[in-house]
Amino acid sequence: MTDLTSSGAVPAPRKGSLLTQDERTKRRNAKEARFRMMGLIAVTIGVLSLVGLLTSILASGLSSFQQTYVELEVYLDPAKLDKKGERNLDDIAKVTTFGYAPLIDAAMTAAMERAGVSSDLNAKAAGELISKEAPASLRDYVLANPDRIGETVSFDLLAAGRIDGFFKGRVTMASAELDRNVSPEQLQLAQQLKEAGILTTKFNWAFFTAPDASDTRPEAAGLGVAIIGSAYMMLIVLVLSLPLGVAASIYLEEFAPKNRWTDLIEVNISNLAAVPSIVFGILGLAIFINMVGLPQSAPVVGGLVLTLMTLPTIIIATRAALKSVPPSIRDAALGVGASKMQAIFHHVLPLAMPGILTGAIIGLAQALGETAPLLLIGMVAFVREYPAGPPEGFFDPAAALPVQVYNWTQRGDPAFVERASGAIIVLLVFLVIMNIAAILLRKRFERRW
Amino acid sequence: MSTGYITLIVLGLCGLGFFLGRARALATSRATGKKLHSLPNYYGQAVALFTAVPALLLMLAWLFLQPLMIEGRIGGMIPDSVIPEGGAKSLVMADVRRIADGLDALMVAGHMSESDLDAMRADFTDVRNRLGNVGVALGSDVPVPVFEAAKELRKSQNSGRFLMTIAVLGLAGALLVWSWVRVHPDQRARNASETFVLSLLIGASLVAILTTFGIVASLLFETINFFKMYPAADFFFSTVWNPQFRGGSDLGILPLLWGTLYVSFLALLVAVPLGLMIAIYLAEYASKPLRAIAKPAIEVLAGIPTIVYGLFALITVGPFLRDYIASPLGLGTSSSSVLTAGLVMGIMLIPFVSSLSDDIINAVPQSMRDGSYGLGATKSETIKQVILPAALPGVVGAILLAASRAIGETMIVVMGAGAAAKLGLNPFEAMTTITVKIVSQLTGDTEFASPETLVAFALGLTLFVFTLGLNVIALVIVRKYREQYE
Repeated sequence: MTDLTSSGAVPAPRKGSLLTQDERTKRRNAKEARFRMMGLIAVTIGVLSLVGLLTSILASGLSSFQQTYVELEVYLDPAKLDKKGERNLDDIAKVTTFGYAPLIDAAMTAAMERAGVSSDLNAKAAGELISKEAPASLRDYVLANPDRIGETVSFDLLAAGRIDGFFKGRVTMASAELDRNVSPEQLQLAQQLKEAGILTTKFNWAFFTAPDASDTRPEAAGLGVAIIGSAYMMLIVLVLSLPLGVAASIYLEEFAPKNRWTDLIEVNISNLAAVPSIVFGILGLAIFINMVGLPQSAPVVGGLVLTLMTLPTIIIATRAALKSVPPSIRDAALGVGASKMQAIFHHVLPLAMPGILTGAIIGLAQALGETAPLLLIGMVAFVREYPAGPPEGFFDPAAALPVQVYNWTQRGDPAFVERASGAIIVLLVFLVIMNIAAILLRKRFERRW
Repeated sequence: MSTGYITLIVLGLCGLGFFLGRARALATSRATGKKLHSLPNYYGQAVALFTAVPALLLMLAWLFLQPLMIEGRIGGMIPDSVIPEGGAKSLVMADVRRIADGLDALMVAGHMSESDLDAMRADFTDVRNRLGNVGVALGSDVPVPVFEAAKELRKSQNSGRFLMTIAVLGLAGALLVWSWVRVHPDQRARNASETFVLSLLIGASLVAILTTFGIVASLLFETINFFKMYPAADFFFSTVWNPQFRGGSDLGILPLLWGTLYVSFLALLVAVPLGLMIAIYLAEYASKPLRAIAKPAIEVLAGIPTIVYGLFALITVGPFLRDYIASPLGLGTSSSSVLTAGLVMGIMLIPFVSSLSDDIINAVPQSMRDGSYGLGATKSETIKQVILPAALPGVVGAILLAASRAIGETMIVVMGAGAAAKLGLNPFEAMTTITVKIVSQLTGDTEFASPETLVAFALGLTLFVFTLGLNVIALVIVRKYREQYE
C-alpha cells in the first residue's frame, strides 16, 4: 500500500467532470490520432509510389507506339538500280544502300514541289528528314520485287529520330540549335510537311516486329527479336519446369518419408527460392556455356537458367495445391482398391491442377521479367537476325524483352529512352495478361472443400 | 544425327513399345488362358518407360560428358610454345573450337571434302583466308599444332556424335526388345511401372539439390582458381578496386561491400518504417474496402520486374534528386547515386516487409489485444507495447529477408547507383555494389583465365554466402516464433 501511494505513477484523483477529458487523456488520444495518421500516410506513400512508377513509365513510353512516317512517291530509276537492264538479281544486289539515297532525296524534292512547300535547304538537308534506315528498306523492297524497277512506287518511309522526337515534344527548336544531327530549319520544314500531309503519324506496328537497330537509328529499333527470344525461353521454361516441379512436389508431398534426407531437400528448395538471381546467371555461364559448351546469347541457355530459377516457385505452389486436396479423396480411392500411385495420378492431381497451373503462370511471369542472369549469359549482344524456328532457333542468338530494355537504356540517343519505356509497357502488358489469367483460373476452378 | 532427331526416334520407339507391350499382354493372356495381373495399359506403359527413359538419360549424360572428355584430351595436344606471352590456354582452346567449327562450315558449303582436309596443312595452306570465306574470323595466322588440334577436335566430335547415336538408339531398341519379351500375364506390370515412375519422381526432386550443388561447385571452383592468381588477403582487405585488363589490377572487395551495404541500408531505411506502418495500419485500422484496395496495390509492387524499377530510377528518380536536391545543395552532379538506388530499392522492398509483417501481426492472438484494451490502453499503445513486442521475432525475420533481397538485387543498382567504386559517405555520389561489378566483369567477351574475370566468381561466392546466411537466420527466427503461438 505504502509503495503504491508513494510512487508518482498514480495520478491524483480527478477533480473536474467525467465528461471533459483531462490533460493526460487528451495527450494519449492525440498520440493515438497521430499514430493512425502515420499509418495512413504510409499506405498513401506506398500506393502513390506505385502510381508514380506506372505514370512515369507510361508518360515516357506511350509515345513509342506512334511513329512519324514520310509518304513519298519514289521513282525506282533503272539507270541507277540496274544499269545492265537485265533484271538480274545479282546485279541489282550489287547496288548498296548508298545508291538508293539519291532516289529518296529526289523523291523528297519532288514531293515538296508538288505540295508547294518551299525551303532554303538543299536536297540533301531535306533528305535528312528521312531515317537512315529508309534506303535499306527501299533496297529490300526492290530486291523482293525487281520487276517494279522503272515504276514509281509509293512508300511510307520512317522519318528520322529527331524529326519524330520533334512531333512528340522531345526535340524543340532550342535544343535543335545545339544539336549536330538536326537544325531548326529542318524542323520548320518538317512542320510545313506535316501541314501538307506528307509527314504523317501512325500506329507503330514496326515496334513489335522490327529487330533492334544501331545506335544512330532509334526510329527503326523494334522488339521483334526480343519478343521471339522471350517466347522461346518461356516455352523452354514451361516445358521443363512444370513436369519437373510437379514431379518433385508429388514425391515430396505424397511419398517422401520424413527423414533427414527429405528435410535437406526441403530446406534446399526454400533457400534456392531466395538465392539472388544473378547467382543463377553465374551458374549458367559456368556450367551451361563453359562446361557443356552451349552457345552464348542462345534462348536455350536462358531457358535452362530461368527453369532452375522458377522451379522453387512452382514446387512451393504445387505442394500447397496438393495439400489443399482433402485426405478423404485419397482415402476413398485407396478404399476402392486403387494403388497409391493411381490415387494420386487419377484423383488428387486433377483436383490440384488449377492451383498448380496458377503457380506455374506466376512462376512464368517472374521468369519473363528477370534480367540479371540473362546479362551474364550474353543476351545483351546486339542481334539483328531473327532466330530460326524451333527447335534450331533455340540455339540461335536472340535478345529478350527485359534485356532489350536494359540494352536501350545504355545507348546515347535519348530516343532510346522512349523505346525502352515502350518496351517496358509491352512487358507489363504481358505480365498483366498472365496474372489475370492466373486469377481467372483460380476463380473459375478453385474449390473450397 | 542431331539430338532432336534422336529424341524423336526414341519417342517413336517409346510409343511403339506401348502398343507392342499392350498387344503382347492381351495376346499371351488369350493364348494361355491366364488372367492378366495388371490392366493391359500397364504392360504397355512398362515397355514404353523402359524404352525411352534410360536412352534419353544416357543421351543427356553423353552430351554433358563428351565435351569435357574431348577438350581434356585436345588440351593436352597443345604445346606451351604456341600459347602467346601473357595469354592463356583457354584462349588458344577457343581458337581451336572456332577453327573446328569453321572446317565444318567449309565442308557444308562444299569448298572442301574430307580427303582435302586430311591433306591440308596449316603451314602450306592459308587457313585464315579460307575460314574467312565462310565467316569465321581469326585474329592471327594459325600455328601448326593448333590446326592439328582443331582437326583432331572435329574428328573426335564427329565420331563421338556417331557413337552416341548408336549407343542411344541401341539402348532404346535393346530395352524395347528385352521388356517386350518379359511381358507375360504373371508379370507384375503395374508394380514395375509404378516403381519406375516413383524413381522418376525422386529424380525430379533431386534437381533442386543438383542446382545448389552446381551453384556452390561452380562458384567455389572458379574462386579457388582466382585465389591462386590473386592473393586472398588483398581481395578481402584492400580498399582499392581498379581492374586493368592489361594485368596488375587492384581487386579489393571493400569499396564494393561498402556500396552494397550503404545502398541496402538506405533501402531498408525507406522500406522498414513504411512497410511496418502499412502492415500495422492495414491489419489494425483500415476499413474493409480500403484494405481490399490497398493490400493488392501494395502487393503489385512485388510483382513488378526489377528492370522496371531500374528504369524508374534512371529516368525519373535520378534526375529529380539531382536537379532539385543535390545540385542546389552543391552535393553532387551525378544522376546515378546511392540515394537514387536506395530510394527505389526501398519502394521495391515495401511489400516484402509489409505482407510478411501483416501475416505475423495477424497471427498475434486476439486475447493479447483484448487484455491490453481491458486495462485501458489505446489502440496505438496496444500496438506499440503488446503486439509489436509479441511479433518482433517475425518482423525481424521479415526485415532480414528484405535485407537479403536488397544485397542480391542487381538491375536497380546497375541502372541507378553508378559504376564508381569508392568509399564515401555522401549519398548523392555514385557508388557501386558487388552485383554491379559481377555484371560488368562478366558481360561481353569473357576470358576465363584472367583474375579480372574470375574475381566475379569470388564476388558471387561472397554474395551467396551473405544472402544464404541472412536467409537461414531469418528462417530460423520465423520458425521459432511460429512455434510459440501454434
